[in-house]
Amino acid sequence: MNFSRRDWIFGSLGSLAWASIAAAREHAHEAVLKRNAVEFEFFDAHNAAEIEAIATQILPSDDGPGAKEAGVIYFIDRALKTFDTDKQEVYRNGLREIEDIRKSLFPQSESIASLSNQQQIELVRSIEKSEFFEVVRTHTVLGFLGNPSYGGNRGKVGWTYIGFEDRMAFEPPFGYYDREAQ
Amino acid sequence: MSGPKFQPSEPIDFLVIGAGAAGGVVAKELSTAGFNVVVLEQGPYLHEGDYSHDEIKYTVQPGLTNDPKVQPITYRKNENEPVKMIKAIEYGRQVGGGSVHFTGNYWRFHESDFHERSLFGDIPGTAFADWPISYADLEPYYTKAEYDIGVSGIAGANPFEAPRSKPYPLPPLPVKSSGVLFERATKKLGLHPFPAPMAILSQPYRGRSACVHCGFCESFGCEMRAKSSTLVSVIPVAESTGRCEIRPHSYVRKIATDERGRASGAIYFDANRREVFQRAKAVVLCANGVESAKLLLLSKSSRFPEGLANSSGLVGKNLMWDNGSFASALFEHPLNEFKSVQVTRLVHDYYSADPKRGFYGGGAIDARFDFYPAGFALVGMPDDAPKWGADYKKMIGKYFTRTMSLLAHSTSLPVEKNSVTLDPDLKDAWGLPAVRVTFEQHPDDIANMKWLLAREHEIFEAMGAKKIWGPPADVFTTSRHLMGTCRMGLDPKKSVVNSHSRTHDVPNLFVVDGSNFVTSARQQPTATIQALAYRAADYMIRGAKAGELS
Repeated sequence: MNFSRRDWIFGSLGSLAWASIAAAREHAHEAVLKRNAVEFEFFDAHNAAEIEAIATQILPSDDGPGAKEAGVIYFIDRALKTFDTDKQEVYRNGLREIEDIRKSLFPQSESIASLSNQQQIELVRSIEKSEFFEVVRTHTVLGFLGNPSYGGNRGKVGWTYIGFEDRMAFEPPFGYYDREAQ
Repeated sequence: MSGPKFQPSEPIDFLVIGAGAAGGVVAKELSTAGFNVVVLEQGPYLHEGDYSHDEIKYTVQPGLTNDPKVQPITYRKNENEPVKMIKAIEYGRQVGGGSVHFTGNYWRFHESDFHERSLFGDIPGTAFADWPISYADLEPYYTKAEYDIGVSGIAGANPFEAPRSKPYPLPPLPVKSSGVLFERATKKLGLHPFPAPMAILSQPYRGRSACVHCGFCESFGCEMRAKSSTLVSVIPVAESTGRCEIRPHSYVRKIATDERGRASGAIYFDANRREVFQRAKAVVLCANGVESAKLLLLSKSSRFPEGLANSSGLVGKNLMWDNGSFASALFEHPLNEFKSVQVTRLVHDYYSADPKRGFYGGGAIDARFDFYPAGFALVGMPDDAPKWGADYKKMIGKYFTRTMSLLAHSTSLPVEKNSVTLDPDLKDAWGLPAVRVTFEQHPDDIANMKWLLAREHEIFEAMGAKKIWGPPADVFTTSRHLMGTCRMGLDPKKSVVNSHSRTHDVPNLFVVDGSNFVTSARQQPTATIQALAYRAADYMIRGAKAGELS
């Protein structure tokens, strides 16, 4: 049974061939090895900081590691150069539009990254219904909770935060309610 | 494991198209009976070492299923609507087929499933009919399947279960928190919960290891060989005979026929997209409920202008859908549903149709784990949850381990205009016509899904759920159970294959997979697909030995 749960993701991501997944993994693996030393391939440093600021509002770092600590921006940069190349245009146009909105909301500001926390929240709220935001949100969540081999979820911080344990084997009891059932 | 290599120019005894749930069984039965077999599979030949716990690869991306980028699919509700390109249907695309990535639910049909038309009468606007076989005809083959592949469960635990000649070969898997809560509540409601019969090993079996409860079953390949796919159960047996060659990356474009109108083999594209003609004395099509119909329609000739084995005009028609109702709920303490198999308890109390409900239909409700981490955060949360920000993050942190789901597997009526046809405009990456799916729900199926969704809410309430949510009952969803497009019957005017899955029109051509289904039962078609495959193989072996097939 495949409820629209997965179709919704397909809708925003599109599908890709095996070869490009392999390329993405290979690339991301290198990136993980080199840590932050790796250079961005799609974004320039400015745009990377802008997208990271938005991702950080989607999954903030207030009560534990969020998008920033998970390295979500590295996940997104690689996704746009490997398995999600058809989303490049969404980012290009989206960035242009959000910078325009920023300038009209906060004329004195120089970048999204340099806005205050409250200003960033106000800016994100103004675009939260857009396709651009839905794509950034999807990528941010995938970069937080997807396999670390894609460059995000560094140190498995996303999995740890939600209580998912990355192990090959478990033994019962599995949860609270089956403690006495086995 | 590797088998022999046959020359395409030398006719082999049987050519099997599709190495999935049915094709694997047929290959094993025929090769162990002494026949030479080639199996053509459009996907790759992967093994446990090729799989991983990578949610992005296997759920966000096609992973182990058909990729619409190379094999596009068009969909329309009815013939008056323009088509749109969506992945309306999904199937496993590798050696082992859907049995590699399926959840493992392995239910036999009930006795009534084979003669519901007699029980409930005609339903206007449908092709509702009895099967030409009874449960008793299939029972020995259900048993054979359960023992050959390895199924875990408890005989008799389901009071609605049909009689069986042998118990399950393996005890059930350990219950999860979802199963404990579900069992307690459904008993309180007067229902009859039972341990889920699963094609997953609870103990080591025939050289394969038991499930280690890693939690990655649905959409994933099993890294422990504990899931009882044909890839790890019967296909290795077929190859060990030295008479079965599995040929991956072999995408068939046409079943060939000779001057007598008999099948003479198949033309396929190999891995390098070169055309190869494999000759055979008999052909067995096991490509699934969509691809088998597509291939018959593609195999038209001057002798068979409407497609091969299609004198009835029913090839591709009566497509039945993977129907169901789905709900999730939050509980106070962590369930940790990400550990172990998807399903451990279910009820069949609502399985039988009941005219008092005012519609035809029924269903089975199981307690399950349904969302891996990213999928949960993206599409598994309540509709009224925030979509971003500190509150969103806190909510996924709290909800992920405390959420479980109920899924009601429900009926899909056969309706002739629901169909698989060849798209007149769109081509796939090999230049073959794309599959065009036309499908619109029957009103009874929608009424049934709504009714079952209400039962799920009752069960969740009785379980003490803190919050219940989910999509509406009539939401359109991708179908992964592909049934009805080459239906079985006694009358060649009203069916495509006979009661042993042999086409009425071509005596040495068989079609055996979900396409044979006359009615949908309550989904979970794999056990019945495999029982049909064992039974059809018996018939092929008798026919071949009697010299009837060549």
